[in-house]
Amino acid sequence: MIVADRKSLEEILAMVQEKHKILIVGCRGCVTVCNVGGEKEVEILEASINLARKTSDQPIEIETVTIERQCDNEYVAQLKEGINTYDAVVSLACGVGPQFLSEAYPDQLFFPGVNTTFFGGAVSHGVWEERCQGCGTCIIHHFDGLCPVARCAKSLLHGPCGGSSDGLCEVSKETLCIWDMIVKKKMEQGRLNDLLTVMEAKDWRSARDGGPRRSIREELIP
Amino acid sequence: MDEYKSGSNLEKILRAGHFAFTGECGPPKGANVDHLKKKFAHLKGMVDAVNITDNQTAVVRMSSLAASHLLVHEGMEPNFQMVCRDRNRLAITSDILGAHALGIRNMLCLSGDHQSFGNHTQAKNVHDIDSMQLIRLVTNMRDKGRFMNDEEIDVPPRLFVGAACNPFADPFEYRVYRLANKITAGADFIQTQCIFNMEKFRTFMHQAVDMGLTEKCFILAGVTPMKNLGMANFMAKFVPGMDIPDALKKRLKGVEKAKQAEEGICFALEQIEEFKQMEGVAGVHLMAIEWEHKVPEIAERAGVLPRPKV
Amino acid sequence: MRLSYPPEIKVIQVPCTGRVDIIHLLNALENGADGVYVAGCLEGECHYRTGNLKARKRVAYVQKVLAEIGMEPDRVAMFNLSSAQGKRFAEIADEITARIVALGPSPVNKRSKTHATV
Repeated sequence: MIVADRKSLEEILAMVQEKHKILIVGCRGCVTVCNVGGEKEVEILEASINLARKTSDQPIEIETVTIERQCDNEYVAQLKEGINTYDAVVSLACGVGPQFLSEAYPDQLFFPGVNTTFFGGAVSHGVWEERCQGCGTCIIHHFDGLCPVARCAKSLLHGPCGGSSDGLCEVSKETLCIWDMIVKKKMEQGRLNDLLTVMEAKDWRSARDGGPRRSIREELIP
Repeated sequence: MDEYKSGSNLEKILRAGHFAFTGECGPPKGANVDHLKKKFAHLKGMVDAVNITDNQTAVVRMSSLAASHLLVHEGMEPNFQMVCRDRNRLAITSDILGAHALGIRNMLCLSGDHQSFGNHTQAKNVHDIDSMQLIRLVTNMRDKGRFMNDEEIDVPPRLFVGAACNPFADPFEYRVYRLANKITAGADFIQTQCIFNMEKFRTFMHQAVDMGLTEKCFILAGVTPMKNLGMANFMAKFVPGMDIPDALKKRLKGVEKAKQAEEGICFALEQIEEFKQMEGVAGVHLMAIEWEHKVPEIAERAGVLPRPKV
Repeated sequence: MRLSYPPEIKVIQVPCTGRVDIIHLLNALENGADGVYVAGCLEGECHYRTGNLKARKRVAYVQKVLAEIGMEPDRVAMFNLSSAQGKRFAEIADEITARIVALGPSPVNKRSKTHATV
């Protein structure tokens, strides 16, 4: 899923500083699963903004709604009624949400309430980790299902670098060295030879480097 | 003798079977050419080539290409270091062509320390290709006369290509295989990370010799003289991939502070003596970090002077 | 044992403090409570194993929100005591009331009254 972190209250308050009536829009997709932009988090943000504005004697009117998916125009269309009656709208979806909203309702101002961080999953309750970078050409089969592009700090295709120590990355003691994991798995399972080649340089055209990407599936186009 | 790959002094020394002795010099954090030239002067005649570091530990400095060129001007030979952190394949390729054009004949291919160690931690890193692919890129340019995209090069650059190797990073059992892979990629010579754990290095070299790697490639053992105990502690803590045994720290601690530098040099000299005898070791790469003025003394005491002329 | 505790305190009973969510604490403050505290079972003695531990983390979250908006984090607190500790309950009630009175009325509700929730 797409993982995000809530922006600081300070940053959000600054965005809506001059506003008197706002809408907070949650999303029932990824951000609900990673507990950052679902119904519950929308309520918490509403209460927090309310509290902040009351204490500074600048009360604000806040309405809230959580839609199925902000990355889907079918659901975005549900906001049509009254969307332009607000001074601003805060979206708690990933970065896709406020953009779909902005495109659908060009007269309204949309603010991101979260920082979209990565594609990943929860490794334990309350802890999410990155697993994919969306480079557009998956090569994890060469690495026993572990992705060095997303998970090596230097995206090395021939690791581990000289900074790998005790299974940890040189960047931080909290970061596992994915190359240590790849190499150990290959060695344990007798596939070390897989690594003794020089891989072709990666073709980054399929990644963001090739410009904004688009997926077209002809069979689905009416 | 056009069978040389680049014809660099380092290549000639190694091919002639001499025990190579290379040095290192970090470009200034500024455009202070005078200071850089003073550092160069300490190394002149003392080493076969001088590694010019490339934004080492991700701290920004004068470009390694420019500093290498300044070294050529001084009548010395650079080993131009290049990291993949700061350049994509276009910049890498054009810098390689530029290096050749400026009279540079050795190049060391590195991935580069992560920018989080340096003084521009907010930077975006590149890592378009990694050090293994960089070795392949530059040797293909030289040997096949082709760019990475397979287009032909009008006058290919001729560089003697080196790579780094850290026998002390983990997992240890894999390190010799990664070295083998760098040799497969085309590395002509290897300079190792600073060696302090001699026991581990002996084991590593045994593996390399057993696998026949030392027949295909020249391995230069990395030596860094410790200035004092503080430096040992600092390196152990802040420099990625360092293995500094307690015994060495204890040895430095065992002498009074004013004599720690001498003790550090003594340890380095003992290492060099052992490397001269060690099977598979083709030379020493002396990294006297911000201590270039000590290089003449160390070279003298190590008995590697005068440097052979080939 | 007829112990008394300050009349300003409004007790809201829940089966387990694990039921108390961030939003409940925030709503109380938003609606003018001068302070909110959660009295849970002793740590390690939760019938549902971790309800009181979760509550403690939620209290900490709300304290962080208060700090961010310039309100005293001390207006929110977590205490642990067993149902047999009636005397302790009264002591805590006195303590928290004194603390909140010292902080003064909530900036949300400038009228001088003290609300608290258990």
